[in-house]
Amino acid sequence: MTDIPLSTQTSVAGADRKGWSTIALRWLLFVMLGLFALFYLMPLFVMVTTSLKSLEEIRTGSLIALPRSVTLEAWRTAWSGACTGIQCEGLRPYFWNSVLLAVPAVLISTVLGALNGYVIAQWRFKGANIIFALMLFGCFIPFQVVLLPMARMLGILGIAGTIPGLIFVHVIYGLGFTTLFFRNYYVTIPHELVKAAKVDGAGFLRIFFAIFLPLSLPIITVSVIWQFTQIWNDFLFGVSFSSAGTQPVTVALNNIVNSTTGVKEYNVDMAAAIIAGLPTLFVYVLAGKYFIRGLTAGSVKG
Amino acid sequence: MAPILNIKNLDKAYGPVEILKDINVAIEPGDFLVLVGPSGCGKSTLLNCIAGLEPITGGSIEIGGRDMTSVSPKDRDIAMVFQSYALYPTMSVAKNITFGMKVRGVDAATQEKKLKEVAHQLQIEPYLNRRPSQLSGGQRQRVAIGRALVRDPKLFLFDEPLSNLDAKLRVEMRSEIKKLHHRLGATMVYVTHDQIEAMTLATKIVVLKGGVVQQIGSPAEIYNRPANLFVADFMGSPAMNLVPAKTRPNGQGRLIEIRREDGAPIVLHDHHAGDLPDEVILGLRPEDVAEAGFRAGEDVQEAECLIDMVEPAGADTYVVSRLGGAPFTARLHAETVAKPGETMRLAFDLAKVSYFEPQSGARLN
Repeated sequence: MTDIPLSTQTSVAGADRKGWSTIALRWLLFVMLGLFALFYLMPLFVMVTTSLKSLEEIRTGSLIALPRSVTLEAWRTAWSGACTGIQCEGLRPYFWNSVLLAVPAVLISTVLGALNGYVIAQWRFKGANIIFALMLFGCFIPFQVVLLPMARMLGILGIAGTIPGLIFVHVIYGLGFTTLFFRNYYVTIPHELVKAAKVDGAGFLRIFFAIFLPLSLPIITVSVIWQFTQIWNDFLFGVSFSSAGTQPVTVALNNIVNSTTGVKEYNVDMAAAIIAGLPTLFVYVLAGKYFIRGLTAGSVKG
Repeated sequence: MAPILNIKNLDKAYGPVEILKDINVAIEPGDFLVLVGPSGCGKSTLLNCIAGLEPITGGSIEIGGRDMTSVSPKDRDIAMVFQSYALYPTMSVAKNITFGMKVRGVDAATQEKKLKEVAHQLQIEPYLNRRPSQLSGGQRQRVAIGRALVRDPKLFLFDEPLSNLDAKLRVEMRSEIKKLHHRLGATMVYVTHDQIEAMTLATKIVVLKGGVVQQIGSPAEIYNRPANLFVADFMGSPAMNLVPAKTRPNGQGRLIEIRREDGAPIVLHDHHAGDLPDEVILGLRPEDVAEAGFRAGEDVQEAECLIDMVEPAGADTYVVSRLGGAPFTARLHAETVAKPGETMRLAFDLAKVSYFEPQSGARLN
């Protein structure tokens, strides 16, 4: 893309100056972008290097220096030995709590969002717009507002302080977003598709599973990434609606960082923070390409 | 024979908005019914009502002698072809065609056999494993027709199936649909806004405007004896000349006087005109106005006309004059020489004339 205009410009007599200024501008751009990238990578760099140092080295060395001797001790401690309050089991049990919480919550909210979006976009009924508007409104309610009513609700349902309770909270809270995603995606699909399938004899669910679901990969990716990031990184609901033993990894991370026994173990804190952040990073790397594609899907007719 | 489709007093309204008003249409097996009208006239809604995709607010629909008014689309024994083709994007052509049979639990061997038949008939065998997105518009259209054909329904419904195709392909597909109709002897209902499509395909045309049937008849009836000004203007290209005229009795028949801005009025003598009011709208198709001398007969009347504009169209030359305050087109031979600003003697074939009531627009003769 950049080569072609350059070669045609240099072939024209007297265009050398223009060619040079183009190259200079391009380099300026790359340098700027590089600086920004470095700026954003700096904290990660500090976290990774610190987590690989021994406590001794952290005290004596500089913050941004590379580790003199690499040790995975801090990672081991963070995973299975760090103390949260009086228990010293590391992040491991809480990490699994988060997995047990996030995976079903993401799946359920995505499936329900897909069905909601399908109904609102393709099976218009009286009041569909009002219901959609109300669900959208749900996206704008701050977490803090729902804490008390939700606590009461979980109490009534008898699932307070349990992982199913947290799943319930996240499904309800995520439904607005997933419905929005799927509705906006399905609304671009011509209604004639549903009509054709009806004439062919297919029913409501058959049309959804045979025709709409196979079309939905990009938007499923968007929904999964969005929901996974939200649920995995959530702290407020996690700290409010969990009890000892059911806390998600974010709450445990906070407890590790805040439980100090004399000396602050920066390397363990850093390792624990990276462990807690890895799954979302992993999901982005795995499906990030589809994420961008899914977000812009429908804006350009394929 | 009993009608295969019988629509009685059909009404359709969205809340207070009436889309279709008191529609009555019946067709025999083997008919090709075309619903035609300008956009927004309710023709597609009517088709959707026949298919059962839109509930109706009043009246009844019978298909094959059974009352289908509140039967769901899948049980109406119909197949439908859509404007956007509506092919299932993630399925191959073969799967698209067999989807309906699969849903209905037809066994695999029958599916395969029918698929082969239809694919052969429509010459889409090479594409059976492709996705719809890998096909051209014409190929997609064939697949959509194929999907309807395998069903072997009582009634085929087409919703503007050709309007997404380019002009050349449209003409090709049009004649293919006509051939298909001929070969299968199937009954078809076809929606279009293109009056040429309507004329070429139909055995029976319904002209709709604002949800009200304007005229039902064979293409020839609709073309030659339009029921009102709307039908006269809508069907035919170039459109029928419609000019205001005064009439008065004259022995046998009436004298028809058409005002001109540039000189004396034209007076024509229609020997067969019956009882007409003093003021009428005279309608005459461009092909019924020719060069003087080319047509003979008692009903051919000649007059000098000032030519405003000449439009050579290859096969014909259209000359436009101004009569009664409106442009008046005559269809002449290609080799006829005409120049704007000159006068020319034109022959008006009054055997083909239509008279309309100026206020209501209703046909008078």
